[in-house]
Amino acid sequence: MTDLLYARAQMGLSLAFHIVFAAAGVALPVLMVLSDLKHRRTGDADYRKLSEKLAKGTAILFAVGAVSGTVLSFELGLLWPEFMGRYGEVIGLPFSLEGVAFFTEAIFLGIYLYGRERVSPGLHLFSGGMVAVSGAASAFFVTLVNTFMNNPSGFTPTPAGPTDVQPLVAMFSPGWQYQTAHVLLSCYQASAFAMAGIHAFILLKHPGASFHRKALSIALPLACVTALAQPLMGDLSAKHVARAQPVKLAAMEAHFDTEAGAPLRVGGWPDVEQRTVTGSIDLPKGLSILAFADPDAEVKGLNEFPRDVWPPVAKVHLAFQVMVGTGSLMALLALATLWRRWRGREWPHGKGMMRAWLLSGPLGLVALEAGWLVTEWGRQPWIVRDVMRTGEAVTPVPHLAAPFFTFTAVYLFLGVTVLFVLWRQVAGTLPGKPGAVVDGEVAHVH
Amino acid sequence: MSTETWGLGLAVAGTFVLYALLGGADFGGGVWDLLARGPRKAEQRALIARAIGPVWEVNHVWLIVGLVLLFSGFPRAFAALSVALHVPLTLLVLGIVFRGTAFTFRAYDTRGDVVERRWGVVFSVASVVAPLLLGMCVGAVASDAIRMQGHAVVSGFFASWLSPFALSVGALTLGLFAFLAAVYLTHEARTPELAEDFRRRALVTGGLLFPLALAVLLLSREGAPRVWMGLSQTPFALALHGGTAVAAVTAFALLWTRRFRAARVAAATQGGLIVLGWAVSQAPYLVYPHLTLQGTAAPLVVQRLLLVALAVGLVTVVPSLVLLFRVFGPRGQAPRAPQAPEVPTT
Repeated sequence: MTDLLYARAQMGLSLAFHIVFAAAGVALPVLMVLSDLKHRRTGDADYRKLSEKLAKGTAILFAVGAVSGTVLSFELGLLWPEFMGRYGEVIGLPFSLEGVAFFTEAIFLGIYLYGRERVSPGLHLFSGGMVAVSGAASAFFVTLVNTFMNNPSGFTPTPAGPTDVQPLVAMFSPGWQYQTAHVLLSCYQASAFAMAGIHAFILLKHPGASFHRKALSIALPLACVTALAQPLMGDLSAKHVARAQPVKLAAMEAHFDTEAGAPLRVGGWPDVEQRTVTGSIDLPKGLSILAFADPDAEVKGLNEFPRDVWPPVAKVHLAFQVMVGTGSLMALLALATLWRRWRGREWPHGKGMMRAWLLSGPLGLVALEAGWLVTEWGRQPWIVRDVMRTGEAVTPVPHLAAPFFTFTAVYLFLGVTVLFVLWRQVAGTLPGKPGAVVDGEVAHVH
Repeated sequence: MSTETWGLGLAVAGTFVLYALLGGADFGGGVWDLLARGPRKAEQRALIARAIGPVWEVNHVWLIVGLVLLFSGFPRAFAALSVALHVPLTLLVLGIVFRGTAFTFRAYDTRGDVVERRWGVVFSVASVVAPLLLGMCVGAVASDAIRMQGHAVVSGFFASWLSPFALSVGALTLGLFAFLAAVYLTHEARTPELAEDFRRRALVTGGLLFPLALAVLLLSREGAPRVWMGLSQTPFALALHGGTAVAAVTAFALLWTRRFRAARVAAATQGGLIVLGWAVSQAPYLVYPHLTLQGTAAPLVVQRLLLVALAVGLVTVVPSLVLLFRVFGPRGQAPRAPQAPEVPTT
């Protein structure tokens, strides 16, 4: 592998790892505050315990998210100094605002986690709300940076670097509405599905466990709403990509020839050398409708673009299929669940439904990672689209294999450890386990 | 040089001062966790965990803010430093990762078992290594060892931060962080015995700071001519230097007479002035002798917007911070019924 590939692999790995924790940091506070509110309304101690458990989960995931986010902010320079040296000034504003949001989040998380017994109930709940709001804000700001990389605006490129910089224009580059909404929804969706999956798993083993049924009643509404909203948002996003980044859309769909009334390809494996796709199911005129809301619209194919600006077609196509596939499955499950809820007047908890939710637990995260890969692979070979190639941005430091393997090992170790620690938290709530009693203090304070 | 550029430069320096005073004390807490000893070993560790728990993530954010201001306000300097200091910065990041996660895992995982102790070791070792590396990076920046041709760094990836001067700054940083933590902890302690433990540690490390600072000063003559000149010749830097000495002696006297709350303020002043002294002696250079504030600054419109963002940030962050420290400061932690009675600290 070349140093450029090692740098890309390290950045990709760091982001793939961080995204999981960032998503949890955005969504878990919402779930935690919701159960806290429910406890206040009903006086049911289970909801309080649930909110405490979610707070512990948030604390662990937030801490790992914070340190892996720190790694990323250093890696921007350590791996891509030319990118930061030239465009740091153009996109610094959203980064700075993200810093403010992150600050607020960390402060109120401290108060929420350690302050249950020290501050008034109102202030405590307010702190939880602030964590949720600032978590969403920080995801919003950082997604703006990514929007800029996809659709750069707010400067005039010259060989010496950007001139005539307009930071506010750069901050809200074209498509920012779609990308931020899509990302925020995916954070809530992934976390709610993961939480539902965990409690469905326990309910399959201990069908009567009321604590876990209540937990499910917190997770399912958020999971269902986001799973149904996301395809609509995704569609708006795709329409924007079709207009702004036709080559990315072509790669997503493995669409080689420009044609009017283009079909939607489901599945299939693209052969980039032959410029053909084998084994796909084609829905007539589907892509034209999807991309331009017009069955006869012309959709540009990859052949329209020079070979050296093609993204890695097979990877982008595969990731896109995975995202759409998992998204559709989740939407179907949400429909089925809401139907049952409407018929039965309570959230379903039968074996079949619980199995379905257990199996869908990881799908939100899978879709989140796949969607992110579509965006990032789809932008290649550019780090700032049409302006700076990834290869121009990479650090001159040699032997990048060493940090890559080091960070890979560290992330593997941390990932396994987090799963283990979280599992011990969940295990404490299993019926009949000694830890299943309500313990007053959230945090570990001697 | 424009007011905006000075303002941003000052903001970067300010975040580093705050990171040293708050984040640095957290690192120092880790050092004392490693060195916990005597009959109250477990209580010492518990005190450190209790003091750091609610605030470490917040304290850590100052580093991120400094970093973001640096790459948004002075992108070329950020790029050059990222290349020249690639190796120590990567190691520093690893230290930060292990410190943060180990602390959290230790706090939230099942208590009292072997696992918890192992996380404790990871936490405290990372807390020693990270300040050393941070100081070595500062030393490299302050010396004239990072050389550039155009935008390219030509001085290699090791020499600049492994020089005797950089190593001495690393040692001073570690000592300073340990000192700050010990002084803060005297005031956090709830029993006189525990306060006494940390008073002794504070006096010893405080005493060590004098020879360490002297070593840095002497080595700077060869290793960091700009700092040497700044520290020994410009009147403003000399005044800062004098202020640092006064604060140091005051902190010492207050510790000696067990006025821990005031000692805290004096020690923080001392630490802040040391960092500020470095920044002032080096200004207007970001990386001596090639990169100045002015030469690497973003366009004026960007600088202005960053200052606005900074002001917005201060308006939201400062009141929240005040709230946080009031809730969890020594006075906010008024003991509830079953706990030990508050100790009169003077």
